[in-house]
Amino acid sequence: MVENIHDQSQLDRLGQLGRKLRREQRLLSCFRLRTNYDLLIGAAVLGALIVLAFIGPLLSPYDPLEMKVLDRLKPPSAAHWLGTDEFGRDLLTRVLHGARLSLGIGITVTLLTSLLGLIIGVYAAFYKPLDHILMRICDGLIAFPGILLAIALMATLGASASNVIIALTIVFTPSIARTIRSTALVVREQPYIEAIRAQGATNARIIWLHIAPNALSPLLVQAAFVFAEAILSEAALSFLGAGIPAPAPSWGNILQASKSVISKAWWMVTFPGIALVLSVLSLNMLGDGLRDFLDPRSKRKGKGSRRVRRVAP
Amino acid sequence: MSQMSPASEKSRTSQMSRSGQKDRTALLDVRGLTTRFATERGPVTAVDGISFAMEPGEIIGIVGESGCGKSVMSQSIIRLLDYTDHVSYEGEVWLSGEELLRLSPSRMRKVRGNRVSMVFQDPLTSLDPLYPIGDQIAESLRQHRRLSRKEAQARALELLRMTGIPSPEQRIKEYPHQLSGGMQQRVMIAIALACEPQLLIADEPTTALDVTIQAQILELIVELNRRLGMGVLFITHDLGVVSEICTSVKVMYLGQIVEEMTTARLFANPLHPYTQGLIRSIPRLDGDRRRKLHVIEGTVPSLADRPEGCKFVTRCPYADAKCRSEEPPLETAEEGHRLKCWYYREIRSGAREATQYGE
Amino acid sequence: MLAYLAKRLLSLVPVLLVITIATFMLIHIMPGGPAAAILGLEATQSDTDALNEAMGFDRPIAEQYINWIGGLFRGDLGDSLFLHQPVGQAISEHLGPTFSLAVVAEVIALLLAIPLGILAAYKRDSALDQLVRSLSLVGMAVPGFLLALFLMLFVGVRLHWLPIAGYAPLADGVWAHYRYLILPGISLGTIQAALIMRMTRSSMLEVLHLNFIKTVRSKGLRESKVLLKHALRNAFIPILTVIGQTFGTLVTGAVIIETIFNIPGIGQLVINSIERRDYTVIQGVVLTVTLLYVLINLIVDLLYGAVDPRVRLDRK
Repeated sequence: MVENIHDQSQLDRLGQLGRKLRREQRLLSCFRLRTNYDLLIGAAVLGALIVLAFIGPLLSPYDPLEMKVLDRLKPPSAAHWLGTDEFGRDLLTRVLHGARLSLGIGITVTLLTSLLGLIIGVYAAFYKPLDHILMRICDGLIAFPGILLAIALMATLGASASNVIIALTIVFTPSIARTIRSTALVVREQPYIEAIRAQGATNARIIWLHIAPNALSPLLVQAAFVFAEAILSEAALSFLGAGIPAPAPSWGNILQASKSVISKAWWMVTFPGIALVLSVLSLNMLGDGLRDFLDPRSKRKGKGSRRVRRVAP
Repeated sequence: MSQMSPASEKSRTSQMSRSGQKDRTALLDVRGLTTRFATERGPVTAVDGISFAMEPGEIIGIVGESGCGKSVMSQSIIRLLDYTDHVSYEGEVWLSGEELLRLSPSRMRKVRGNRVSMVFQDPLTSLDPLYPIGDQIAESLRQHRRLSRKEAQARALELLRMTGIPSPEQRIKEYPHQLSGGMQQRVMIAIALACEPQLLIADEPTTALDVTIQAQILELIVELNRRLGMGVLFITHDLGVVSEICTSVKVMYLGQIVEEMTTARLFANPLHPYTQGLIRSIPRLDGDRRRKLHVIEGTVPSLADRPEGCKFVTRCPYADAKCRSEEPPLETAEEGHRLKCWYYREIRSGAREATQYGE
Repeated sequence: MLAYLAKRLLSLVPVLLVITIATFMLIHIMPGGPAAAILGLEATQSDTDALNEAMGFDRPIAEQYINWIGGLFRGDLGDSLFLHQPVGQAISEHLGPTFSLAVVAEVIALLLAIPLGILAAYKRDSALDQLVRSLSLVGMAVPGFLLALFLMLFVGVRLHWLPIAGYAPLADGVWAHYRYLILPGISLGTIQAALIMRMTRSSMLEVLHLNFIKTVRSKGLRESKVLLKHALRNAFIPILTVIGQTFGTLVTGAVIIETIFNIPGIGQLVINSIERRDYTVIQGVVLTVTLLYVLINLIVDLLYGAVDPRVRLDRK
């Protein structure tokens, strides 16, 4: 077989075989995508929410902050589709602006934690002494019950949107870093990394060209979960009065206000609540779907690999 | 050749009436056992109309490559697949005059581990890692014999001693991971023998073990078979093992028995092209080293696309159009030697040349 | 087993170090320094200096940390600036209601999650399995405080079945105590249930595919025995891990649920302290709860050994 490989017809056959295999693989991944309802539904709902968050506020005739005492606590009607709040502000407008805030904070936190987690993870995997220090710090931070740390940070930093981002980034980065590190450790031990090193590649080149790209698919999965957790945590912090300060139309703030008028205005709990649940649900489904898509073995084993710690209440 | 020969017709009917009488004395009488799994792409037949009978104290070997349905067949006999989704059985399985496939689940549970036991391939993963081995042996005794904890432990100790585990008093308290592979398999055998079953189904019990340990385990099984008079259904892909312990052999291919005979005839006079291929692919120490080891061309087709006629047609060097369209019956070639092949006479006499397979 | 315990305890040292440093730093990362933050923007320089002096904030930071740690070893978490009592005392006064709430929530979660998770795995892809899977997906997406609001809206406000706020200590009678905890317990327990249910299902599914399940069935055991004695016990370590990990969720969830239902627990203490800028209390609560969380996870680790002889006997 080996000596026959120079035979041209053999080579042609191998080439054909390879092409066929690649085609089948492509078909298979299309098939996997088509039957991956978690991924499709999650992405569709999330996409719709993002579009609404962008366009919605532009279409609304109301101001999210302007108070109209005469319109206080009106139930849903033609003028106010979702009713009004305790200061007579249009609830739909506030929920849509809230979507911008919540999704915006969620995306920012996700990007920051992913970037920081990636850097910490790959460098920890690559440099042993650094690994010990960084991972002990991560372990220590993970040991805090998540939102409690966020609450304490918010208490000392002061309530503001940017502080929410800082606090949540501190809370979520350690677990991302751990995930990246464990993937990077496996990749680092692969023989081809040794081969590349033997050819004289610099450490930075190996880290960023060969190790980091391999950590991207677990990162993507984890990022979806971080996004979901960040939205939940922001809502919880705002609900406690330790997040985004009051007049801003964050979902947590609307829910906080609804508590005191709960017997009079069911719509104030229901609609921002649905918005919150939908966005978290779609992100969780997206994360599950991405995991099944990027690592099909995990599905067959029936094992959930949700590594982000659950912090939101 | 398009018609069934009168001889084979006759042998079929005689065989049927023979097995019809047999069920009173036979230990195990399997008739037309068929096991199907419903899958997303339609039903898949894993075991296809298997019939055979077995006398008390007999050791019968079931041989075939992986994927030929040996394990499914053996697990169908004690209905272990009941717990798998979408499985259906057809046919009859008579155990000393009682039909198992129609028993209620609770009656069936009284058969398992009591009258029929099983030993599996990989002893480590077949034992529950969280319980001491003594408890695992005692479990079926407590279940079927209603023994007290103490009595069951005492009997477990006896069983361990019988399987030849050194210092059983200590071992009985140990966990599976603390034992060697050979000892684990002895524990599995002790579990299987706990209630003195009439029939032991051993599904590749030595495959996962070292060669020296293999021999010890085989010896143990043969010895227990002689001492306790229990029938053994020995499933393996290893023809060497079969020749050592079995009185007769059934060769399985794609869910069917394609040839059955005494062990002596298996090596002296195999008739089915598949069996011949299997035997020629055994490496021999005394053989010519320059000669290439025979391999059966192709691979076992998946159960989902079994061929129409003879099941071996995709890999048989003698196959022709008839083989592709019509399934051969199980014919008696000689007393106690039956096989499924249209052309075994011609192949035996050398009148039929191997053609390029696959054309 | 002792060696395992010692190793586990030793590995906690760096974790505890990071925890204490981070908690200690909470007060010191405040903009304008701790004294300014405590006194507010309108504080005069002399007030600030006086507070710095009294609290030792003018000392070198390492010295302050060492003094603080020294206090911790004596059980001294400092004094509350607002309540005029030791922080330790304030915390222990508020611990009871939080503990009761957490227990009710965990019991609700376990009673719901484990049986349903087992059945869903056993009857994979059945209607029940689909229901369990959707429930756990939705359960994870509904935060406790939102569920609390919905429960208040429907059960409390519309149906008047249960009180929507308040608390009675156990001394007032069992029913008086627990009827206040039912709605908060459900709000808090649902996410726990969703997470535990998901893990029970997937862990059971994995175990049910293992070879020894076949052996156990071939012994003729009843399915209830196969599932509970053999499968569940083997599936239990990941379930235990989730229970331990989500304990943090439970306590922090309790913080929020307490403020909604007006339960005088740790949560209320923290939220009130944020408003009062009572930072020593916040610091004390964060440290206490985190240490509790670490302790729970240590206990979970030791339970692994009780469940699995391979952990008990092999790890050096």
